[in-house]
Amino acid sequence: MHEQFYKSLYRIRRTEEEVARIYPSDKLKSPVHLSIGQEAISVAVCESLRTSDVVFGTYRSHAMYLAKGGSLKGMLAEMYGKATGCTGGKGGSMHLVDTPAGVMGTSAVVGTTIANAVGYAYAEKYQCKDTIVACFFGDGATEEGVFYESLNFAVLKKLPVMFICENNGYAIHTPQSKRQGVPDIAQRAKAFGVTTTLIEDNNALKLHEATNQAVSDIRSGEATGPYLFECRTYRWKEHVGPGEDWHLGFRTLDEAQPWVQNDQVGRIGELISTEARTAIEAEVEAELAEAIEFAENSPFPEEAELFTDVYSTPNAPLEARKAA
Amino acid sequence: MTTITTPTGNGTGLDTAPSPAGESIERSISYIEAICEATDQEMERDPKVIVFGLDVDDPKAIQGTLDGLLDKYGPERIFGTPLSEDAMTGVAIGQALAGLRPIHVHIRMDFLMLAMNQLVNVAAKTRYMGGGHVSAPMVVRSMIGKSWGQGAQHSQGLYSFFMHVPGLKVVAPTTPYDAKGCLLAAIRDDDPVMYVEHRILHFQNGPVPEEPYTVEPGKARVTRHGSDVTLVGISQQQMECLGAHEYLKDKGISAEVIDPIWLAPLDIGTICESVRKTGRLVVVDNGWTTCGASAEIVAQVLERLQGTVDLRVQRMGFAPVTCPTTPVLEDKFYPTALTIAAAANDMLHDGPQGWLPEEREDLKSVEFKGPF
Repeated sequence: MHEQFYKSLYRIRRTEEEVARIYPSDKLKSPVHLSIGQEAISVAVCESLRTSDVVFGTYRSHAMYLAKGGSLKGMLAEMYGKATGCTGGKGGSMHLVDTPAGVMGTSAVVGTTIANAVGYAYAEKYQCKDTIVACFFGDGATEEGVFYESLNFAVLKKLPVMFICENNGYAIHTPQSKRQGVPDIAQRAKAFGVTTTLIEDNNALKLHEATNQAVSDIRSGEATGPYLFECRTYRWKEHVGPGEDWHLGFRTLDEAQPWVQNDQVGRIGELISTEARTAIEAEVEAELAEAIEFAENSPFPEEAELFTDVYSTPNAPLEARKAA
Repeated sequence: MTTITTPTGNGTGLDTAPSPAGESIERSISYIEAICEATDQEMERDPKVIVFGLDVDDPKAIQGTLDGLLDKYGPERIFGTPLSEDAMTGVAIGQALAGLRPIHVHIRMDFLMLAMNQLVNVAAKTRYMGGGHVSAPMVVRSMIGKSWGQGAQHSQGLYSFFMHVPGLKVVAPTTPYDAKGCLLAAIRDDDPVMYVEHRILHFQNGPVPEEPYTVEPGKARVTRHGSDVTLVGISQQQMECLGAHEYLKDKGISAEVIDPIWLAPLDIGTICESVRKTGRLVVVDNGWTTCGASAEIVAQVLERLQGTVDLRVQRMGFAPVTCPTTPVLEDKFYPTALTIAAAANDMLHDGPQGWLPEEREDLKSVEFKGPF
């Protein structure tokens, strides 16, 4: 298990490091919100899920997408704006979809996918499937009305949803203390009747144990959803882009230090043998190099693609206008 | 208590509504019954169809449009929701992503403003930003109110907001025939459809075949043939246009009347064909004219016909104010058959004629009497 965790963590970290490295070349045609420092949450949760389970995320969901099994080639090609991207160059880094892997969508509007995840869970329960839906969002999303509306409905209908709040303490550059009167997000969710867990130290194994328990309880009928996991974590990079933002002065390196020292890529790496670690790293590096090459060599979409995928049928208003 | 009088002569073009088999239709039911029948037939045919919204499971069953369906299909398929339009719209999208065919009902179109993020940022864009790998087939039913003091926040026809956004389909059926056929088409459509009802239309009766049929997106209907002026009437204003047709006929003016039915996709071809013949176009909307459906239709016609036809165009719609409640002011807020006929007559004479028809008893506008 530790080897699988390490592989997933290392793969996400190295992918985003490569994204940051390539970014200044202007080859990437999409804004990037890196999850470096926060990967442990996605890995811990997704390792509890089956391929047929479903995740929804945010604009900062590279980690979730990869942890759930989304195609690495598809994601990188998408950032390059290529036809082979996971959404053909139409969604970009903020709208990742990989349906075979159960990545159903991510949104650039904060809080938006929380309700979509709840609806998906309703549909699966209604259709007597045992799918579990995990919904990732940040601390900022818990200030949106849709969060509370969704919690209420999920509790009312006892839906198999796991709300995963990645609380990195900042919404862009504004700390949680300036935005929320009561900082305890888990406590607020509890008031709605949600079963909640707080993981304060970004600990992948602790979170995994908790999500495993929730998944097993839901599947066995021992308990119903929804669950909420408030996972305190830390964003190492700037809000959007490949760089760092210490120079802006809204947070300090001192504040980051404990999180960096507790880096889960390193911590989990220490739990496996050097040989295993070396083999995993070599495997990931080869896959990553191949994926970057694939993205670079893939063609851009044809111009006609601008008008496809608007409607299920050929772009109806456009056709009507042409015909007139 | 609800009192509705349906004036004779102010027909809604039903006589031109063909049955799927091309036969004349003898059975007459109300718009409300047509919606209910379409919902029932589709729920019976497809277990993926579910219905929810505020109060859909209460004893009034949304003005009867869902009458008896709770008993028949149960609370998992028909359920009332918390007062959470934003999240419940997101829930519908999530359900659609998982393969269901949700129908989300709002007793007022005004309430959709609480759901704009999910409708505009998600439902409309799901297919496109997902590169065609995902879709959100769902129907959003909403109702426009009029008369008996509906006022500022119970009267708005805001469908042009949704026409503006690629990825959404918009339909505003006028007749019971189209209410049923468009709802069946909307439920079966693989895209999100905004289905707009007008409360005044709810009480109209008309021929409706019992068997399921669809009125497909992107096809307008010519409801009266004429040669002097083209009147395009949207939603309830279609009825006013049919009344105007009669007043103009009394004056020897032959008006062609068109019901666009679907606003997105819009059948601009049928409208252009008529205007090519008449050279005069009045678009009467059940909304404001600025950036509205009427503006869009007029602009599209001008883009196609300018330079080839000697054209006169006019938009009519809500007065550019907030809808008042007192009848004295509210009556002036809406175009009527009388003001439409007057506008068409002025247009035909290239200037104000000072003519307003004498109101005919049989063409009086239908009024809603509360409580709503």
